[in-house]
Amino acid sequence: MSDLYLLRHREIQGLNQLRTYTANGGFETWKKVVTTFKPEEVTQMVKDSGLRGRGGAGFPTGVKWSFLPNNIWPHYVVANADESEPGTFKDREILENNPYQFIEGLMIACYAVQAHDAYVYFRGEFSQIAHKFEERLQELTAKGLLGEKLFHTDYSLHIHPHLGAGAYICGEETALLESIEGRLGQPRLRPPFPAVVGLFDKPTVINNVETLTNLPIILGKGVQYFRSQGTEKSPGTKIFCLSGRVKNPGNYELPLGTTFRELIYDCGGGILNDAKIKAIMPAGASSSLIPATDAALDTPMDYESVPALGAQLGSASVIILDETVNISDLVESTVHFFKHESCGKCTPCREGTYWMARIIERINHGKGSKEDIELLKTVAGQMQNKCFCALGEFSISAVQSGLQHFRADFEARVER
Amino acid sequence: MSALKRSHENEVEKLLANYPPDRKRAAVMPLLHMAQQDGGYITEADLKEIAEICEISPTEVASILGYYTMFHDKPEGRIRLMVCTDVACRLRGAREYLAALCNELGVAPGGTTRDGMVTIEEVKCIAACDHAPVFQSQIGDEIEYHENQNPDRTLDWLKLMVSSMKSVEVKHE
Repeated sequence: MSDLYLLRHREIQGLNQLRTYTANGGFETWKKVVTTFKPEEVTQMVKDSGLRGRGGAGFPTGVKWSFLPNNIWPHYVVANADESEPGTFKDREILENNPYQFIEGLMIACYAVQAHDAYVYFRGEFSQIAHKFEERLQELTAKGLLGEKLFHTDYSLHIHPHLGAGAYICGEETALLESIEGRLGQPRLRPPFPAVVGLFDKPTVINNVETLTNLPIILGKGVQYFRSQGTEKSPGTKIFCLSGRVKNPGNYELPLGTTFRELIYDCGGGILNDAKIKAIMPAGASSSLIPATDAALDTPMDYESVPALGAQLGSASVIILDETVNISDLVESTVHFFKHESCGKCTPCREGTYWMARIIERINHGKGSKEDIELLKTVAGQMQNKCFCALGEFSISAVQSGLQHFRADFEARVER
Repeated sequence: MSALKRSHENEVEKLLANYPPDRKRAAVMPLLHMAQQDGGYITEADLKEIAEICEISPTEVASILGYYTMFHDKPEGRIRLMVCTDVACRLRGAREYLAALCNELGVAPGGTTRDGMVTIEEVKCIAACDHAPVFQSQIGDEIEYHENQNPDRTLDWLKLMVSSMKSVEVKHE
């Protein structure tokens, strides 16, 4: 087991109180950054650290920041706290238990791109967290850590919480921006990218909660320290959300590159009732299914190795399926999710998820035929690469990989 | 002065100050939350007032209300039970748990008990997959997590809440 950085609160009691956080070195990095660093030095350090976005895409964070043009102002930073991917529950733990490290990270990101206003988009179901967050911001302002002319410099910063109201799609960064602006949470056409035309049409950085929570470590303890964990291309630690048919589900902070086997058996205690493991979904409901072969179990969980198995690491929401799970049932569940959450903007997703739901229901409820299995495959194939945003593409991952690797589960449902 | 501005005199102005002056529309969701917090649901009058504040049409406000699942335009049970049955929860018995709860309460998912006290809702992932079965309760503006549930545990909690809410009413009568 590695040291804990993101889940430090498990070792330090009361870390969600400002006095405990500051007693443990909290906001010293923030002060150091504002008083002694040039903004471009911060960006360079984050680039050198190799930190990659923890929300799903794994894009290098420092590179993302460097896309902001310096001739258009103001710049905005938006923290994505719209954690909604089925199987993901890491940001909630950070926000409840280690919130100041997240806020300090957000502040550092703002300084790097010289934003004076930042927004935190909380999913509506996190309303208690958002209310508490407002109190924390007042506390920080009172202590002179947030607000006007910080540490007697010219730099000022204000953070505004913004509460969503139940829409998975708002985790998609352009839909999130639409939602803040008071419109339907539907994705925007790209380009232009948010780095150039983002919130209120201004250059904007959007980072996930966990990504930002890494920044006080990188800026405080240095690039080498950060890179001492994880792999060359996927440095640092990551919170793996382990759920499904395991004995000890939960969040586990581990170096990137830890194998599935270590997560499932060493951390998770193995499969419920010691049943046989069947498949792994490494990125929540959006994930392709990986058959749990020995080779798959020994694969390192990082941004390069998981794609080699035909899936993505995504937000590392690792859902475990055992032999008691019929993949046809599982696919019904993921398809229903995407049908419910489809924003309706583009036809392939709006119609495709609807059709897939109808077909899989028919198959699972004894009204299907072998032709329906083929039809399901065809509909999924017709959606592929034709949806407006990633949500539509995600909706077919479990369908296609399920049919590819576990077709017998579907066929068993249509044989009479 | 209209209802929202009366009940949240300074808050509306403070809210608007979070956004650029020419982007009042951005306050539409926070204002809908504010209205719902007061009455449990959003009325026609709320829509009109929010439209005025944000300088958009009531129809545009209504489209936002309709799009997001957590906004409600009619009164429902005073206690809202939101049970997650998504992939990870389903793998740990959430569907059976929901069915048992509905059976005990005598309502289907989405329904409200006859006394108007409890609405039970099947919801999408609420980021608590490691402690399934799980539900969120909403009473007024207060949303709380209830993890590691079984039907008996939930029903015991529910009985306690319903009786305490009813006894408060008796005292007030």
